[in-house]
Amino acid sequence: MNEGTDRGGPIQLAERVRRVPPSGIRRFFELAEEMDDVISLGVGEPDFTAPWRARQAAIESLERGRTSYTANRGTRELREAVAADCRERYGLDYDPHEEVLVTAGASEGIDLAFRALVDPGDTVAVAQPSYVSYVPGVVFAGGEVLPVPTRVEDDFALTPEVLAEAGAEEADALVMCYPNNPTGATLTREQVAAVADFAREHDLAVLADEIYSELTYEGEHVSVATLEGMRERTIVFNGFSKAYAMTGLRLGYALGPAEAIGAMNRVHQYTMLSAPTTAQHAALTAIEECGDEVVEMRRQYDRRRKFVLARFEEMGIDCFEATGAFYVFPECPWDDADAFAEALLEAESVAMVPGKAFGAGGEGHLRASYATGFDDLREAMDRIERFVG
Amino acid sequence: MDTQRDVLDLLCENARYDTADIARQLGAPEEEVAAAIDALESDGAIRGYQAVVDWESVAEERVRAFVECNVTLDRETGYDDIAARLVKFDEVRTLRLVSGDYDFALTVEADSMSELSRFVSEQIAPVPEVTQTVTHFIMESYKEAGIEFGDGHDDDRLSVTP
Repeated sequence: MNEGTDRGGPIQLAERVRRVPPSGIRRFFELAEEMDDVISLGVGEPDFTAPWRARQAAIESLERGRTSYTANRGTRELREAVAADCRERYGLDYDPHEEVLVTAGASEGIDLAFRALVDPGDTVAVAQPSYVSYVPGVVFAGGEVLPVPTRVEDDFALTPEVLAEAGAEEADALVMCYPNNPTGATLTREQVAAVADFAREHDLAVLADEIYSELTYEGEHVSVATLEGMRERTIVFNGFSKAYAMTGLRLGYALGPAEAIGAMNRVHQYTMLSAPTTAQHAALTAIEECGDEVVEMRRQYDRRRKFVLARFEEMGIDCFEATGAFYVFPECPWDDADAFAEALLEAESVAMVPGKAFGAGGEGHLRASYATGFDDLREAMDRIERFVG
Repeated sequence: MDTQRDVLDLLCENARYDTADIARQLGAPEEEVAAAIDALESDGAIRGYQAVVDWESVAEERVRAFVECNVTLDRETGYDDIAARLVKFDEVRTLRLVSGDYDFALTVEADSMSELSRFVSEQIAPVPEVTQTVTHFIMESYKEAGIEFGDGHDDDRLSVTP
């Protein structure tokens, strides 16, 4: 640490932290927070509450005084349940003792993977537009980011062509997120296979954020780890935040080869120690007993998705047919999406997030989340229609 | 797609959804949805549309009670005959034949407790087949027609999140 330099005082910020600018949505967030009665389509979390049985499990765990740390990797019961769930859904076998790590949200798992696998100077290709934390995570780990912009004309699918155009064959790892935040794009089996071929051919590790896998509305979710030769080079991240509406309980998990999961656990045990105990009890009940609630939430999201897509189409706003997560990513009717989002917020109190906050390929778009009650959603769409009128 | 079933699900969720909104949510043509609603109404599957009201939150007092009602039958008089008579009263909001310790479960509504009590004692109890009534005044409603009451509009999520 430098001391008493002209950067002002004894506390100096690390260079890798200074390299990361504040979140692109911070300014927009501050604007929205200052206003009353904003209908926000900028929220990246479910508007449902976690299933009651899961909440009850959390309450009971507290009542019974289960307030200690758990094993670093998470409770044995939860790891076994996660492994069983993965086997049932994808036919993928992970050893619950060596290849499953329970984390404080999928976000922690992704950060652990960066810190465990990325050396200074390593290059991590990041398919974009993407969740805003991947790029800072790579930078914090000392790595270099290689943005891989996906294209609206490809329905924001990650393809070997865009990977090659970005020079991803030289990268050490690839981060992909499907169903995608912010575009709502999903990948077909063929598209996943093409990415897998590229990764194998160029020896890339794959970090697959599949937190929205349960929110796939058309076709099936294909986990990249299920494809031949991919299990050994892939770490899958998933969790309870989106499917079970448990964002605040902060519980996710990572699945991968024992060596990688072991390395991630080494970082985890010196930082988080273990994921929240109460949340692990809730998660065990969620995964074992709350499948019906997931189906019902997915049905509700799907209806809202169709509604929002229909309304944008009626307004004459181009919006590709999002098939997953709870976002749509319409093209901005103005040249400047930042200006549009701010003007819409000021004039009609509707918040949509400018697409460039999500990196390359997001320019000229807006992210609209339909994880909000139908009446508010309809009112928001009415206001947007009036605004673009 | 079972349009009728999907339409019913949505109307049960909110009977005020207009046809266009239902069509958008189902990704179905508006004409198809309109036809489904017409059919459901004319078949008698949809019997009406009503608001679910939390009367506590409006100034006007409404008093409601559950009434357990036991009856006796004879060769000429069955449950349907007695029910046909009880449903005629405007105060009777729901009437169901149930299994268990009593025969009919009624929900009765009136402007005051005394009016409601008088209705039960002067109109229901004297019905010749009625042998006993037990009235339970509703003190508080927490959930009705699947809708939780109370302040359910708190959305304390951040207005913009990643």
